[in-house]
Amino acid sequence: MNYENQEFFAPGHGMCAGCAAPIVVKWVLKLAGPNTIVVNATGCLEVATTPYPRTAWRVPWIHVAFENAAAVASGVEAAARAKGEKLNIIAFGGDGGTADIGFQALSGMVERGHNVLYVLYDNEAYMNTGIQRSSATPWGAWTTTSKVGRANPIGELRPKKPIARIIAAHNASYVATANPAIFNDFKKKVEKALQTEGAKFLHVLSSCTTGWRHDPSKTVEIMRLATDTGIFPLYEIENGDIENMRITYKPKEFKPVEEYLKMQGRFRHLLKNPEYVKKLQEDVNAWWEKYGHHYKK
Amino acid sequence: MKAMIRGNESIAYAFKLARVQVVPAYPITPSTLVPEKISEFIANGEMNAEFIPVESEHSAISAAIGASAKGVRVGTATASQGLALMHEVLFIASGMRLPIVMGIGNRALSAPINIWCDHQDMMSARDTGWMQFYAESNQEGLDLGIMAFKIAEDPRVLLPAMVGLDAFVLTHTVEPVEMPEQKDVDDFLGEFKPNYVILDPKKPATLGAFAFPEHYMEFKYGQWIAMQQAKKVIDEVFEEFENRFGRRYRKVSGEFMEDAEIAIVTMGSMTGTAREFVRKLREKGEKVGLVKITTFRPFPKEELISVLKDVKVVAVMERNISHGFGGAVYAELGSAFVNQPSRPKILDFIVGLGGRDITFKTFEEVYGVAKKAIENDVDEVNWVDVNKEAVLKAEGLL
Repeated sequence: MNYENQEFFAPGHGMCAGCAAPIVVKWVLKLAGPNTIVVNATGCLEVATTPYPRTAWRVPWIHVAFENAAAVASGVEAAARAKGEKLNIIAFGGDGGTADIGFQALSGMVERGHNVLYVLYDNEAYMNTGIQRSSATPWGAWTTTSKVGRANPIGELRPKKPIARIIAAHNASYVATANPAIFNDFKKKVEKALQTEGAKFLHVLSSCTTGWRHDPSKTVEIMRLATDTGIFPLYEIENGDIENMRITYKPKEFKPVEEYLKMQGRFRHLLKNPEYVKKLQEDVNAWWEKYGHHYKK
Repeated sequence: MKAMIRGNESIAYAFKLARVQVVPAYPITPSTLVPEKISEFIANGEMNAEFIPVESEHSAISAAIGASAKGVRVGTATASQGLALMHEVLFIASGMRLPIVMGIGNRALSAPINIWCDHQDMMSARDTGWMQFYAESNQEGLDLGIMAFKIAEDPRVLLPAMVGLDAFVLTHTVEPVEMPEQKDVDDFLGEFKPNYVILDPKKPATLGAFAFPEHYMEFKYGQWIAMQQAKKVIDEVFEEFENRFGRRYRKVSGEFMEDAEIAIVTMGSMTGTAREFVRKLREKGEKVGLVKITTFRPFPKEELISVLKDVKVVAVMERNISHGFGGAVYAELGSAFVNQPSRPKILDFIVGLGGRDITFKTFEEVYGVAKKAIENDVDEVNWVDVNKEAVLKAEGLL
């Protein structure tokens, strides 16, 4: 059954104009259809879509707390199994709720092999509380807790945590990075995840206009650049086989990272020093040099 | 049928007899045997349930919420640090009105780390919106475990419940219990039908929404009303249980209370020793009685006033402490009496923390102070069986 013309995520929610998360959610649900239960970690998505007594969710939805969406999903899945019901159980969490405070619960859920699709919408900082750095914040990004000043002209000093590879190392059935701006690839991965038994993890890039400091009309353009510059590569890993990771998309020609940086206020300070831009470009080049051969058409 | 079981097994058997469908649990001393036993029941094909060996207690209670919200009967068990780790989620389970039942092996909290009995763990969860029952014996653990489901699932209540069993004294001690027949428990509990909104794709609902100031308080008032309703429902269920199984339960049980001048108030396993102590004193002609609190949440205010109003001195013995004031039972009992026209003198005795034995000597000291208090002023909060001198020296006060 194809539900692409149906909306399970209703318009009228309170997410910001230009926020990528609703695009992610809307399409995951269209591809999953109505036989679905959603578990949501605390975060922008939860807060902005369920102001009691209204809701944007046309599928059963539950929110419990920040760090336990994966554990709640484990319980929902076990109960569905106990009742002999077959359905899609999908958890949504931001990068903080997934890679930081929710990491332990996620690790447990994946290691135990619950039949759940966990979707990380990664906007690379704690946006709901006002742009604080998380382990998913990339090197060089300004946030309100990785501030830029005389003593620290860079901002965030640590590289982004490779959460998808870490989860894959749990022998998850299916792990992929995805970008809704590279839509066909994104769609294929959601479909594949939904069709795979076991614990699935999608690491989806999701821009935040207020946190990344960009024009709301540029969401898709910026996210596309994240992949076309090579900064956010798209790959998949099945059954924990990291050695055989498959890069699923490669731009015909890589764009310079500067193009991605210059569209976002959070990186503005980096552009003042060509060394910083060079460092980021070299990081990206190094990644592709190391892993580029995993690309398969 | 008689069975010889440990306290932890009484919780596991309660879950089995209640046909619990999902058990998420994490090992912690002294309640570890509960998930072990559940795992055994499932492995042997004696129990048809999903066991989730979660990676923490935080996830145990979170998974319990997910499963309960999906519309199945859920049980779990923990103790001490595990219950403390669950703390934030406990509020959510009750706020979402999910009838989860949890066995607690009542154990002290760190620091210093200690695995033995006191009630600090459950007392620290007093305000989480869960009902609380304290068992005196393994039989009570089993019976309260079964009844907890019926009370929690009553549409007038829909609140989660904890059943506490004293660490080691009950959890690891083998006692003979009367094991109810499956058929009788099935009849007593009825088939599980969730009396609340569940996660069902046929009827999509949003659970755990974001409430603004104009709505939040009504949710809390709803929980308050449910707790008030629970008082009546607990009585009804206790009575129905007695009619069917012949064992009598009361939120508050008074013994030797006719003409008593001094009443000793207890909870949990110390009650057995207290009963023997009071019986012996009665033989000597002392006017002393015993009051056992089985239900601590909802607080049995009316019952306690009724049974204690005519005594001269109440000696509350409790295995918990709220530093800076006193024990929780003392504080609440005092509040219960505050607007009564007359009231007994109420004294607090902090005993048995971290598994310190509560012996006849303990009761003798308590009774001595209580008796003195009939005519004299005594300390309101008394620490018993503690080396005060050593502590005062260490604190630089001696």
